[in-house]
Amino acid sequence: MSDLTSPIALIGKRAQPNLWDAVAFALIIGLLAAVAHGAHGTVMSISAVEQSHISLSPWALPGYAMRTVMRMAAAMVASLVFTFTFAPLAAKSQRAGQILIPLLDILQSVPILGFLTFTVTAFMAMFPGSVLGVEFAAIFVIFTSQAWNMAFSFYQALTTIPRDLSEAATNFQLSPWQRFWRLEVPIGMPGLVWNAMMSMSGGWFFVVASEAITVGTHSFTLPGIGSYVATALDARDLGAVAWAILAMGLVILAYDQLLFRPLVAWADKFKFEQTASEATDDPWALKLVQRTRLMQAMLMPVEYALGYLARLRLGKPRAHTSVPLPRPLGIAFDVVWYSLIALGLGWCLWRMFSYMAMTLGPSDALEALKLGLFTFVRVIVLIALATIVWVPIGVWIGLRPALARRVQSLVQFVAAFPANLLFPIAVVLIVRFHGNADIWLSPLMILGTQWYILFNVIAGASVFPGDLREASANFGIKGWRWWRKVMLPGIFPYYVTGAITASGGSWNASILAEVANWGPTRLHAHGLGSYIADATLKGDYQRVVLGIAVMCGFVIATNRILWRPLYEYAGRRLRFD
Amino acid sequence: MLNPAPTEPLLRLRDVTQAYRKGGTSDLLVLDGINLSLRENQIVGLLGRSGCGKSTILRIVSGLIAPTSGDVLFRDQTVSGPVPGIAMVFQTFALFPWLTVLQNVELGLEAIGVDAAERRSRALTAIDLIGLDGFESAYPKELSGGMRQRVGLARALVVHPDVLLMDEPFSALDVLTAETLRTDLIDLWIEGRLPIRSALMVTHNIEEAVLMCDRVIVLSPNPGRIALEIEINLTHPRNRLDPGFRKHVGDIYALMTKRQDPHSPTIEGIPGTGIGMVLPTVSTNEMAGLLEALVAPTAPVRVELSDIARALQLEVDELFPIAEVLQLLRFAEMEAGCIRLTEGGRHFAEADTDQRKRLFAERLESHVPLIRLIRRVLDERPNHVAPLDRFRSELEDYMSEQYAEETLRAVINWGRYAEILAYDEETERLSLEDPS
Repeated sequence: MSDLTSPIALIGKRAQPNLWDAVAFALIIGLLAAVAHGAHGTVMSISAVEQSHISLSPWALPGYAMRTVMRMAAAMVASLVFTFTFAPLAAKSQRAGQILIPLLDILQSVPILGFLTFTVTAFMAMFPGSVLGVEFAAIFVIFTSQAWNMAFSFYQALTTIPRDLSEAATNFQLSPWQRFWRLEVPIGMPGLVWNAMMSMSGGWFFVVASEAITVGTHSFTLPGIGSYVATALDARDLGAVAWAILAMGLVILAYDQLLFRPLVAWADKFKFEQTASEATDDPWALKLVQRTRLMQAMLMPVEYALGYLARLRLGKPRAHTSVPLPRPLGIAFDVVWYSLIALGLGWCLWRMFSYMAMTLGPSDALEALKLGLFTFVRVIVLIALATIVWVPIGVWIGLRPALARRVQSLVQFVAAFPANLLFPIAVVLIVRFHGNADIWLSPLMILGTQWYILFNVIAGASVFPGDLREASANFGIKGWRWWRKVMLPGIFPYYVTGAITASGGSWNASILAEVANWGPTRLHAHGLGSYIADATLKGDYQRVVLGIAVMCGFVIATNRILWRPLYEYAGRRLRFD
Repeated sequence: MLNPAPTEPLLRLRDVTQAYRKGGTSDLLVLDGINLSLRENQIVGLLGRSGCGKSTILRIVSGLIAPTSGDVLFRDQTVSGPVPGIAMVFQTFALFPWLTVLQNVELGLEAIGVDAAERRSRALTAIDLIGLDGFESAYPKELSGGMRQRVGLARALVVHPDVLLMDEPFSALDVLTAETLRTDLIDLWIEGRLPIRSALMVTHNIEEAVLMCDRVIVLSPNPGRIALEIEINLTHPRNRLDPGFRKHVGDIYALMTKRQDPHSPTIEGIPGTGIGMVLPTVSTNEMAGLLEALVAPTAPVRVELSDIARALQLEVDELFPIAEVLQLLRFAEMEAGCIRLTEGGRHFAEADTDQRKRLFAERLESHVPLIRLIRRVLDERPNHVAPLDRFRSELEDYMSEQYAEETLRAVINWGRYAEILAYDEETERLSLEDPS
């Protein structure tokens, strides 16, 4: 269950020039600016959207929960389609991969909630006067929180297909279509399922956040658990918040038991290992599907149809492996390709600057940088605190296999729970005890993301080799020395993976966590998150673009300067294989 | 054995050459002018060590890669991609872990669009033939190595190929299992029950080649060339202890150790000269182990390599590199399939650890030019530190990246043992000595 899928793209490709990152960065921010500019005119004309009324009756909750789940499912379908088109494209064309992969890497670091402003206005423009636009915008936000790591995991699988299997597929003349379904999808399946499930866990946070949006003077609400909570906050109805938390808990429980566990266990059969791994008990839902006649009978036609589709001989079998392009043509193509990229880059840079320069000056940029630094300090301090708390606990749990299995399920459950539903409780406490918002709002940022650290540390400790533990006990290594020489190096690669995820998630959460409302009371912490949130509220698109750009910059810089070197070091030196 | 009369060759390679482009300056020749033909009712063995391009030949024949020049004719048609009449068995089995035995075997039939009922019956026949009854619904990871390779064989046979290609099919198996599979396959072959017309197999195991093949083609490495073809006219089943069998084995050993002009790349010596020597990653423990075996009181002065290989359970691929490094360092000499200790080798085998290290260091400095170069560079630099890249790029002028990497790894290990250089993996730097 503990695949070490890296949340950072391009691990191990040290030679990758950072130039491509710059290109990708400029492309994304430039496009954002362009969308924002285009949306400027339309934002005024959307007041006609019907305002859904949200009922605070607990009986309305199942219906709302259903709407929320549907949004999630729609986003997952979109993410899968994206993964199956994007990843093969990036893996099979060197030129496409050159630009697509850094793009993916940057997209992973973009604060998704900052997008919301633009996506709402853009989708509203596509569906004027209809709630469909807002609906699509919400789904798009969830999609952006899910798609990148799925696509990246599939891309990684495609580029690391074992050579002998690839040759066998070619030798037995599988067509490209058959090859895709028989070789490439199965190879990517464990990683894909794991990442899809992690994405969905993370997605609940965004689905809740995207249901109640205020842009400038316009508020949009979509019926769902998120808007239910938002309404409850306005009405200062703590009972309704509690009901919503309960409903969400049940939804996550159902998702965990009916989807997550069976799927991950099922995907295990696609693991590319020739040795039988230690048998773990199958989740009950998987047993139900695999061992009851009724379910089998129901699934049979589906299986048959899928098998038939996968066997279709579409496309011609591979001929010889690629013959290189004749050089002159190749060079001409290169010239055209790179000039296109350069042109696109120039255009995006120009858009970005000209758009922000409309209302902003250098002092605004400095202001955003300063606030970014505040948030940065918060993230680092919080990660450090979470590390001090969770690493010892995680190790303690991980070394007790029976306990670890049970706790691991619990942690997965807790990690999936959208922490923003719990924010109101903290806000009430801060208001009651007159806490300093700059300090006491901060823990909310890591409320939902600290679990990744715990989760990964447990996973690391539970696979720590037994003989090394016995050896260290035999030589009487104890205390601090045991931590420093034995356990910490052993779990380090896992810890880094968890910390990267936690830190990325915390940046994202800052947009929600640095500002909080309780009825008319408004808590406000100084930071880049609240800067973006405030700008969104005011409909100040230039500041939103600036805020996102700066936040992207911070996230990417931390990844490159801190996390990626640590991850590479861990991969080189601290692996057991 | 449908057609016993010798006919036109089923498969022909004409002047096949394979080169890898590197860096634009020079091409690295892997195969040079390979001509060979495969007739019906023959099992032909391609014998050689790693680096002689034997697997590359197989991949060219199967249409997996295109030769740089020359062509492959199968039934008088040029092979320009995988063709239905040629199926391959892989060294690593290459089974799809998410498919059952039956599904794995059916895969090749699915690809050519055989309908479901026929697919099933043909697959079951092949499974039956190869002795996999009862394992149809098992997944590969539930099977032992021998059973896995049977699946690999069944998967290739089920498409009824004219030519069966086998890429070191038994080298990933333990000794007993490998022998069982070999004899099972040969029994089926002589009984005419294999749905194939001929087979081409790659091996580095001399006895395996003599045991199974009607014709053995010995390749010499760097670049791969055909050194010799030997007809094996023994009747099946063959007995390894039969004098005729032993003679063939001895002849091939002798050929593979024959010394040519000492300054040119030898048939089976260490390829390249001077800095450009491609050094195999042989550990000092292996060298010491072989020397100690040779110095044992019962050992004769000259020992047959084939005897050593049998006694120490070493494959040619393992034994030859060790013997060659010993020869390079003048600890031993090889000739006509035999190995003999030199005076230095005897000293080494009888010395204690510190003496061994000193002796080894002397030999390294006098016989391995790369070591001399590294020492000189380190001595010249004021801080006595040099990045590994400096030597890597120099080596890559002479050899492929992979060989350069292996050569450096060998030199670092030997240098560390001899305590004449130190290496920091984190910074990738060589220095004169470890911090003390």
